[in-house]
Amino acid sequence: MDGEKSVGKYEGKYEYLYHIADAKFRAFGLTLEEAFGNAALALFNVMIDTSNLQASEERNIELTSSDIKMLLVDWLSELLYLFEVDEIIFFEFRIEKIEKTGEGFSLKGIASGVPIDLSNHKFDTQVKAVTLHELEVEQDETGRFRVQVVVDT
Amino acid sequence: MSEVSTNDVASILKKVNDYIWDIPMDYKPGMRVPGRIFVSSQLLDSLELDTLTQVSNVATLPGIQKFAMAMPDAHSGYGFPIGGVAAFDRDTGIISPGGVGYDINCGVRIIKTNLMVDEVRPRMKELIELLFHEIPSGVGSKSKLRASESELTDAFLHGARWAVESGYGVKEDIEHCEENGYMKIADPAKVSEKARKRGKPQFGTLGSGNHFLEVQYVDEVYEPEVAKVFGLHKGQVTVMIHCGSRGAGHQICDDYLKILDKATHKYGIQLPDRQLACAPAESQEGQDYYKAMAAGANYAWANRQVITHWVREAFTRFFGRDDLGMELIYDVAHNVAKLEEHTIDGEKKMVYVHRKGATRAFPPGHPDVPRIYRKVGQPVLIPGSMGTASFVLHGTEKAMELTFGSACHGSGRVSSRGAAKHKFHGETIQKDLAAMGISVRATHPSIIAEEAPGVYKSSEEVVNVVHQLGIARKVVKLMPLGVAKG
Repeated sequence: MDGEKSVGKYEGKYEYLYHIADAKFRAFGLTLEEAFGNAALALFNVMIDTSNLQASEERNIELTSSDIKMLLVDWLSELLYLFEVDEIIFFEFRIEKIEKTGEGFSLKGIASGVPIDLSNHKFDTQVKAVTLHELEVEQDETGRFRVQVVVDT
Repeated sequence: MSEVSTNDVASILKKVNDYIWDIPMDYKPGMRVPGRIFVSSQLLDSLELDTLTQVSNVATLPGIQKFAMAMPDAHSGYGFPIGGVAAFDRDTGIISPGGVGYDINCGVRIIKTNLMVDEVRPRMKELIELLFHEIPSGVGSKSKLRASESELTDAFLHGARWAVESGYGVKEDIEHCEENGYMKIADPAKVSEKARKRGKPQFGTLGSGNHFLEVQYVDEVYEPEVAKVFGLHKGQVTVMIHCGSRGAGHQICDDYLKILDKATHKYGIQLPDRQLACAPAESQEGQDYYKAMAAGANYAWANRQVITHWVREAFTRFFGRDDLGMELIYDVAHNVAKLEEHTIDGEKKMVYVHRKGATRAFPPGHPDVPRIYRKVGQPVLIPGSMGTASFVLHGTEKAMELTFGSACHGSGRVSSRGAAKHKFHGETIQKDLAAMGISVRATHPSIIAEEAPGVYKSSEEVVNVVHQLGIARKVVKLMPLGVAKG
């Protein structure tokens, strides 16, 4: 399973890696905001192919977390929570800003998607949760960001 | 990549006997006890290096007793391995949500019938279709149960007992559940609003992934005397339900991982993996988690009980009879932590036993075994993967000596879901299984591919290791007739 290829200087938005029971992926971005958005796209594409969906709903998301890795987990977990409770499949992410605050890190953004319609949407296995296992948020020497996440399915 | 040659794994392990392999304490810095893997040389071939790493990580946690253990179906998870068993001293040890997993009290129950395989097989396709429609499964499926807030609280508090008192079953069902269907320590006040919101609409649903509902029959009887006590005989049709605590449990785990992540720092516990976040067992944070986890476990017991009721209704309607003898044989949890008494180095001790992908397997005479089974030990229910054999075993004293009264929980994956979807074709598998007389009904074919029999270790091989070790003994083998899954 390869991630969606994007036009640009870097290889793709995300890629799936081998993990025996669960899904593990890396997501990339020229900014941290972009990498977090791509991680969210990878998360939803574990459950469903979002490539032909049209967004009709959106949710504002504001979070603060103790550290940058936990912010990534909290961001993805919040989307997963909204997916289950508000029943929306998200696939467009505009993260306005991730910044360091006194207590840790904060995120502000908008997630857009489409309400679940079981007669049209074909789901694979559901993602149960976002784990802290092998969690990575890194910036390489060219300044590009790379995040890594293992989800429980 | 986590795939390594067997030689790497074998060179790390120290063979104790044909089925016991130890990870020495010098394998990883900080190990407080050795690791111990219960596995045959055949299953050793599919053991990943990651699993060894995870077992040795668990061995570094404070208060761990005897060994960090892995059952023969073990494979790598996150934090603790799947198939892991670890006991921590109540006073000096820890409690960890990672040692239970997200699907708190994922578990299995078996219901017997007085139907025989020959009368059911010809109508299996219709029956499985009916069950698939009556028991909601899959992502986004809606429950028929419209639980109110107070009913949800009651389910967190009283689990299967709540369900039975609300009309979903009979009182014998509760007696035939581990913990009588609910952990008394549960405190719904420790469960977050988010967990309630996720759990409420999913209450009374099967879920997705490896969860299923299967109609089976007794294909082979190994110990007729014990089988008789369990009410099982050759050719008899049974129903197996495999599911857990749905979004409620996932959110409880999620919430407390974050709380315990902070506690880990507060109490100065060094961790090799953040997913092992933990707190001293008797600390405020540790006990808050334990009480919330118990509420999640109770939700799962209530969930399986409600589904059982719908299965009975569907059978009654389908066969036009209500004398089908659909008694619950037993219900086991395979993702849970519990405070239990065990004898360690000749001394009785209270320990928090974490079983993550492992089944409790208590021996004859144990007070926690239902009275009707007390002479033969607890029924140990081991589901196979889709289309393969499941087993009923009985608990033994040996498990108390070797594994803190635990056995395996299933067959254990050998291949990832993603790889399975590439390698297997859902429709082909469905046809192959149909040719073997097994009807599979899923929301769509790729669900079948993800859970193809080929992505699992052989359930028979796993169970044979448990049997040979003597930590549980085979009673009957169950073969599938029909499977419904989300």
